[in-house]
Amino acid sequence: MSQADNAPPAPQTAAPTLEVVDIHKRFGGLEVLKGISLEARDGDVISIIGSSGSGKSTFLRCINFLETPDTGLVRIGGEEVRVRPGRGGKPGIASHKQLERLRTRVGMVFQSFNLWPHLTILENVMEAPVHVLGQNKAEVRDRAMALLDKVGIAAKRDHYPNHLSGGQQQRAAIARALCMEPQVILFDEPTSALDPELVVEVLGVIRKLADEGRTMLIVTHEMAFARDVSSQIMFLHEGRVEEQGPPSKLFKDPSSERLRQFLANHLH
Amino acid sequence: MLQGFLPQLLSGLWVTVQLALAAVCVGLVMGILGAAMKLSPIAPVRWIAEVYTAIFRGLPELLTVLLVYFGGTVLLTAIVGDYVEVSAFGAGVAALGITFGAYATEVFRGAIIAIPKGQIEAAHAYGMSKLLTFRRVVLPQVWRIALPGLGNLFLVLMKDTALVSVVGLEDLMREADIASRYTKEPFTFYMAAAVMYLGLTVVSMAVLHRLEKRANRGQRRAAS
Ligand SMILES: Nc1ncnc2c1ncn2[C@@H]1O[C@H](COP(=O)(O)OP(=O)(O)OP(=O)(O)O)[C@@H](O)[C@H]1O
Ligand SMILES: [Mg+2]
Repeated sequence: MSQADNAPPAPQTAAPTLEVVDIHKRFGGLEVLKGISLEARDGDVISIIGSSGSGKSTFLRCINFLETPDTGLVRIGGEEVRVRPGRGGKPGIASHKQLERLRTRVGMVFQSFNLWPHLTILENVMEAPVHVLGQNKAEVRDRAMALLDKVGIAAKRDHYPNHLSGGQQQRAAIARALCMEPQVILFDEPTSALDPELVVEVLGVIRKLADEGRTMLIVTHEMAFARDVSSQIMFLHEGRVEEQGPPSKLFKDPSSERLRQFLANHLH
Repeated sequence: MLQGFLPQLLSGLWVTVQLALAAVCVGLVMGILGAAMKLSPIAPVRWIAEVYTAIFRGLPELLTVLLVYFGGTVLLTAIVGDYVEVSAFGAGVAALGITFGAYATEVFRGAIIAIPKGQIEAAHAYGMSKLLTFRRVVLPQVWRIALPGLGNLFLVLMKDTALVSVVGLEDLMREADIASRYTKEPFTFYMAAAVMYLGLTVVSMAVLHRLEKRANRGQRRAAS
């Protein structure tokens, strides 16, 4: 593999960090995503909201191809992955190498943490940088320790995930994502599996990341949080973008009747 | 002691231990391969694994030993083009290993399926290839989940090593046989062999227990 296809950082600052174009996805007879596009610039925090079943998780999972969209493309840092009709009409991805490279640039934080239970917290954080990116173990270790410190669980680094509270596990998962030094981090309802008193600590960490200027996409039901940290809000309804814009506009003066209803149900 | 037959019995015991250990190594490899094949998306690959487990779980193990021993000689002679005799030890390792592998396939398959899908998704989301995910996330946990089942199979395997004495392997069983015929004191020597087999079982159980404890590090929630 030549170095040439790893394009150098784009000279013009106008190029979006992440570009997702026209994602379609159907499960059997059900069309879950009906053509969704999104652009995130450096430092953007985009919250994706919408009622249950509107396709939020599916959209997020299409961005790093945990679900293969039927059509669409994702572009990040000069890497473009596009879906092509493969054998038997099933959609496929041209190059697995390319896909794996894209995934190293997109971090993901799951609702149910998905830490690896046979590894300690520190090992969880170090795993992918060492074994996927092939980085120097000592350097990764230093970085991992600093990140664990930052999310406030440095003392737990030699514990196994099952010995931590949900909030601590989710903070470890965030450190795991950060340690890859991704260009974008995707969060799928990062606090939905947590007891109410633990939600705050995780939201606090995400807020800190937003203040640092990280580029993030966050699927969340925490409306007050979304309003505070987001630069953009995207409201999905039945697989379409129903309304999109800055939080000041969407939360105060939504144009769509559906969003108005949704907010009435979710803002307490 | 034991009318001077103790050294023979001990050398038989050592052969038994070697046979069991060699067979379990072969069997573990066959089991992992079998499980990976049974979970393959490619249908013919799955069928091969199905046929394998059906045959070797279906045949009486004594018959497998005999087939491998006599069939192995015929087969190798045909391949090499010159008379090749399969050693009793080699045939024993193959027969017991293949049988262990057929049962272990099911144990491993169950263990692989038991790993939560989210962990595998997380591995993929961080750019791990399928192979790396298997090696770094699945396999270490499969070991933990499969260990009790495999331990059981190993205890059975150790007893089944005695079957290989029928093709002339000088294992513990055969040495006890020889001594009892020679001295006309079968009870003494079969009893001695029984004690030694039990000793092996006790040692194996202790080792398995330690392995399980090690593999379970971090698994149980802290007592609260
Ligand atoms: N693997 C799948 N197979 C079949 N249908 C699926 C699958 N995944 C999602 N769906 C369906 O797609 C639709 C969108 O699901 P999705 O999980 O994206 O919604 P969501 O907006 O994240 O909802 P929630 O707020 O409940 O998490 C739902 O109707 C769901 O049942
Ligand atoms: Mg969801």
